[in-house]
Amino acid sequence: METAVFIVCAAIVLAGALGVVLARNPVHAALSLVGTLFGMAVLFLNLEAHFLAAVQIIVYAGAIVVLFLFVIMLLGVDRLEDLSVEPITGQRVLAAIVGLGTFGLAVAFLVTSDIGLPGQEALTGPITDQYQYSNLRQIADVLFTKYVYAFEATAALLTISVVGAVVMSRRIARADQAQEAPESQEAAGDD
Amino acid sequence: MMAGLGPSVLGLDPLYDGGVGLAEVLITLLKVGVAFALLLVAVMLMIWFERKVIGDMQNRIGPNLAGPFGIFQTLADGIKLFFKEDLIPEQSDRFVFKLAPYLSLVPAFLVFAVVPVGGDFSGGNGRVTLFGHETFLQVSDPPVGILLVLAMSSVAVYGVMLAGWSSGSKYPLLASVRASAQMVSYEAALGLSLAAVLLKSGSLSTHTIVSEQSVWNWNLWVTWVVPMVIFLIAATAELNRPPFDLVEAEQELVGGFHTEYSSIRFALFYLAEFMNTITMSAIVVTLFLGGPNGPDFTTVGWLSGVLWFFAKLMLFLFAFVWLRATLPRFRYDQLMDLGWKLLIPLSLGWLLVLASYDVAGDRGWNRGVAVIVMLAIMAALAGMLVLALRAARHRRELDPQGGFA
Repeated sequence: METAVFIVCAAIVLAGALGVVLARNPVHAALSLVGTLFGMAVLFLNLEAHFLAAVQIIVYAGAIVVLFLFVIMLLGVDRLEDLSVEPITGQRVLAAIVGLGTFGLAVAFLVTSDIGLPGQEALTGPITDQYQYSNLRQIADVLFTKYVYAFEATAALLTISVVGAVVMSRRIARADQAQEAPESQEAAGDD
Repeated sequence: MMAGLGPSVLGLDPLYDGGVGLAEVLITLLKVGVAFALLLVAVMLMIWFERKVIGDMQNRIGPNLAGPFGIFQTLADGIKLFFKEDLIPEQSDRFVFKLAPYLSLVPAFLVFAVVPVGGDFSGGNGRVTLFGHETFLQVSDPPVGILLVLAMSSVAVYGVMLAGWSSGSKYPLLASVRASAQMVSYEAALGLSLAAVLLKSGSLSTHTIVSEQSVWNWNLWVTWVVPMVIFLIAATAELNRPPFDLVEAEQELVGGFHTEYSSIRFALFYLAEFMNTITMSAIVVTLFLGGPNGPDFTTVGWLSGVLWFFAKLMLFLFAFVWLRATLPRFRYDQLMDLGWKLLIPLSLGWLLVLASYDVAGDRGWNRGVAVIVMLAIMAALAGMLVLALRAARHRRELDPQGGFA
């Protein structure tokens, strides 16, 4: 049963991933990404990590991709791009070589290595020795004790990036307005 | 049969304790079928109820021709919509245009699956016996429980957003940008006020949340009222119902995100909207008003719970109609101010106050003092926030060109 679920979800995840890369329309690419995220959420469920599955949908599908779509719609980049021109000469050849090389290295590591994959233990085994507790409690236990500094540092990082984004967008607004000051004064008068 | 599925996949329902056989599958299918039919009938009645009550409040009659009291009006409208021409705009993205209504409708159905609609919680642990099998009166009780509601309400954003974008027309696009910003903003307040309930219940499972509120111990007073008020406001915004219906502000945006939709696809949006109203009311009842809890006044064990649940549900459904009939629509900046500058800080602060009460209890401190100290800290922080907002407004007035107004 678990294998069947895995095969179906892996197919969805891979199809979504291919869709992200191959779709010509940015909105379709974002939707493919949602498909991938849903497939991964079911894979998490299959591993009995139900909290991670819920978070996967709430945070990634519910907030992050919605933000992608929001930006796509606001900036109006949802048109078909002209793909015949290469922005940087030789970019595509280089991308293909580096991509295939990385993929080859990963496969070579998988084939030759006799140690487990990094992270494999974390995915398939319980993260604490407290088996009797629910998934959520186990995560909370390690997150707020063992990894509390990493957790707080991440929170600080996110706050700094938000503040940084606000500050930078303010500066750009000022520079724009300095150039077109007479027009914007008229516009302010209309308010 | 299906021995590979653990409790984490099937949920915490005692139905699956003895393994999954034919009887369990049939009972589950029955529950799904009943919930599905119940929701469809409820939506039909809800639309009629809303039109009738609004008619009364505006001193007119409302629908009164189809059936007794016009009760079949929705059915007639549904049949009419079904036979109307299905238009797909030339400029639209055809696949996404067809997909969007389903992205609105399916989450609306799924949320109801975690709502316990009945069961005797006063002494019977909420279990009922169906055909000789003990089970809960809810379609499913997944371990993530209430998080499913948040997940589905975040998926529902896609329906509105993609409908507006794929229509290939400017009014729907503006409406969908508004809608997604509104829904994402208020989801934060919704989640934070929900966290107060989770803190007190200590579980994500809806069944446990309800049984923790056994008979009169409702979360409404356990969490000291404020989280429920925040949840109700955020839920109204999340549902895009008046006074937060900027998504379909007729005066500004024609019909909002579904301007270009007609026929059965429009009906699906309409269905989803009213179904969301019903499921969200059911969630409020589950979280704050004890769900099917209440004194047993019938002789049949399970009947009392179901009656209590529907009585409480009707209260909120009426309140939603009432809000629509009485309140004018918010302006967009007022909407965002209310969400970000009032509801989110308030729900976060309230969560900390509740937590301080619990921590004081665990440590053996004086709970009253702990709460008063915490409230004082919160008041100081709120004062700083107000000062910062006032300073920012003052600077904007001095220099209107600085930054974005």
